[in-house]
Amino acid sequence: MPENSDLDAEQLRTMYYYMVLSRELDRRIWILNRQGKSAFVISGQGQEGVQVGAAMALDVKTDWLAPYYRDMAMVLAFGMSAREVMLGQLGKAADPSSGGRQMPSHFGHRAKRILTGSSPVTTQVVHAVGMAWAAKLKGDHAVVLTSLGEGSTNQGEFHEALNFASVQRVPVIVLVENNGYSISVPQSREMAIRDVAVRAQGYGMPGVVVQGSDPLAVYQVVAAARTKAITGGGPTLIEAKTHRFTAHSSDDDDRSYRSRQQLADEKKDDAVIRFQHWLITAQLWDDERERALKARVRHEVDDATEYALLAALPAAETMSDHVYGYPPA
Amino acid sequence: MAVLSYLEAIRETLRQELRRDSRIIIYGEDVGVRGGVFRVTEGLQKEFGEDRIIDSPLAEAAIVGTAIGAAINGLRPVPEIQFADFIFPAMNQIVQEAARIRYRSNGTFAVPIVIRAPYGGGVHGALYHSQSVEAFFAHVPGLKVVVPATPYDAKGLLAAAIQDEDPVLYFEHKAAYRSLKGEVPEERYLIPIGQADRKREGTDVSVITYGLMVSYALKAADELEKEGISVEVVDLRTVRPLDLSAIIETARKTGKVLIVHEDNLTGGIGGEVSALIAEHALFDLDAPIMRLAGPDVPAMPYSAPLEHAFMVTPEKIRDKARELAKF
Repeated sequence: MPENSDLDAEQLRTMYYYMVLSRELDRRIWILNRQGKSAFVISGQGQEGVQVGAAMALDVKTDWLAPYYRDMAMVLAFGMSAREVMLGQLGKAADPSSGGRQMPSHFGHRAKRILTGSSPVTTQVVHAVGMAWAAKLKGDHAVVLTSLGEGSTNQGEFHEALNFASVQRVPVIVLVENNGYSISVPQSREMAIRDVAVRAQGYGMPGVVVQGSDPLAVYQVVAAARTKAITGGGPTLIEAKTHRFTAHSSDDDDRSYRSRQQLADEKKDDAVIRFQHWLITAQLWDDERERALKARVRHEVDDATEYALLAALPAAETMSDHVYGYPPA
Repeated sequence: MAVLSYLEAIRETLRQELRRDSRIIIYGEDVGVRGGVFRVTEGLQKEFGEDRIIDSPLAEAAIVGTAIGAAINGLRPVPEIQFADFIFPAMNQIVQEAARIRYRSNGTFAVPIVIRAPYGGGVHGALYHSQSVEAFFAHVPGLKVVVPATPYDAKGLLAAAIQDEDPVLYFEHKAAYRSLKGEVPEERYLIPIGQADRKREGTDVSVITYGLMVSYALKAADELEKEGISVEVVDLRTVRPLDLSAIIETARKTGKVLIVHEDNLTGGIGGEVSALIAEHALFDLDAPIMRLAGPDVPAMPYSAPLEHAFMVTPEKIRDKARELAKF
């Protein structure tokens, strides 16, 4: 891990906290699924280092996120609470993302500056460019970070969005979380290049590769891209090499296309474990802190679960709400 | 009162709206320096600058997708799709995103954009510069679809669309741009989206239509009047939402309904209007509902005899309405 001068000890510990919180919340969600209490899970386990490193490099008061469905750690670090995530997971009326209308992990939160997302991949990248363009035209001192998987970079909208962003020099950061698979298809069958980041050349913008298990490295490249964007330097494409430790979703079984040996090898590059070791080496962490953190996170996950299980489901008669707004006066 | 062409009415409305609301931006292929391939936006970049009237890359999904993002972040984008026929690369953004964002976010996000696009044939535009695409979008809850028939309506409906809090598709008939002229007040006014307009009173037959076909239906009605047949012409003005009460009212009044559109027959707006009449006014009818529409061939051919055979014309409307009157 690189030396870091930007972040103080408390911020570094906060990074670790969000990574652990996301991992444990994600694990609890799988348990709820196996218990029959949650119909669908799509997981971010393995990608926490990318997501927390990126979110910590942004300003939650001015910047926007346009995330995708694996970004639980990112939205937590950007201000969504564990309770809010769990409300969405269980399709409850108070789910801030959609009021229980969307599948779980389709994160969105107006008050927290997190854009609503859909299931057709890559659509959010174009929106992020438009949001960043508006920020530039309005003179806002803000950037938009959008994230997606490497498979999504094959969509036409990725090309259109990055070209548009570069032509207009909008303050957007496009973060590709390359976990090596689009559902079952390995990267070698998705594209004929090793690094998605090289695609940036075709748009006249910088493309950066970073190790996703190193949240500090991610933080640094995102912070640099943010500075560049906010000072009129235009967009940056960042590719974080990462891992997906679970199947694509609760309806998938990755044993049919990924050997257990390969998965075990990938888990040796677990950001949560690597960052814990880094903190210990930097003398910022010890067993006592670890025990306290685990207790805090367990309490938070328990609380979120109990809160969301007890929360009201949306009333059937609200189904037709919010098709249209009010007509102009 | 000034007499403006349909195109001038649209341009002057855009100008008036741009002056009124600094959040409005207009962009699309060739809309800036060139003023659009039909010159609808001519002169606007000079007046409002390159930050508000913007030549975009040739990429329709990005044109609509960035408009969605810009709207969410506080602007009021009015993107142009150069021809309605080229809107399909943006289908994903319009149908899956713009139309569904309010609903899927439980009302926390909205997409106030107006997508303008020239549609329609009869101008030697062949398969890919002649299409009527409104029925694709009229199927989608969350969208509004406006098809103005006159310069006056073009102004009031465009102003209303721009002020609307939801995504509106605004289809302009390219054959109407310079052929239709009419009085247009200078002051700003709104025509509510979802209200039809009776363009002509009549008692024997109701022609329900929209867009360029309204003026064709009025020509047919004038001719039939000489034959002693009284034709009522109802302009839907918006094809989503449909004005149910206006449709039912005219059906009950004349008991004979002819629905006309240039778009293909099957799955067109006529089917929906027909179903509404069947549901709400069946026993007021004196004849079967008739439809006159573009034929079910993939799109309008180029060569003149083929194009003419495709187009709905005043003569075809006249003949069909006469047939219905004599039923």
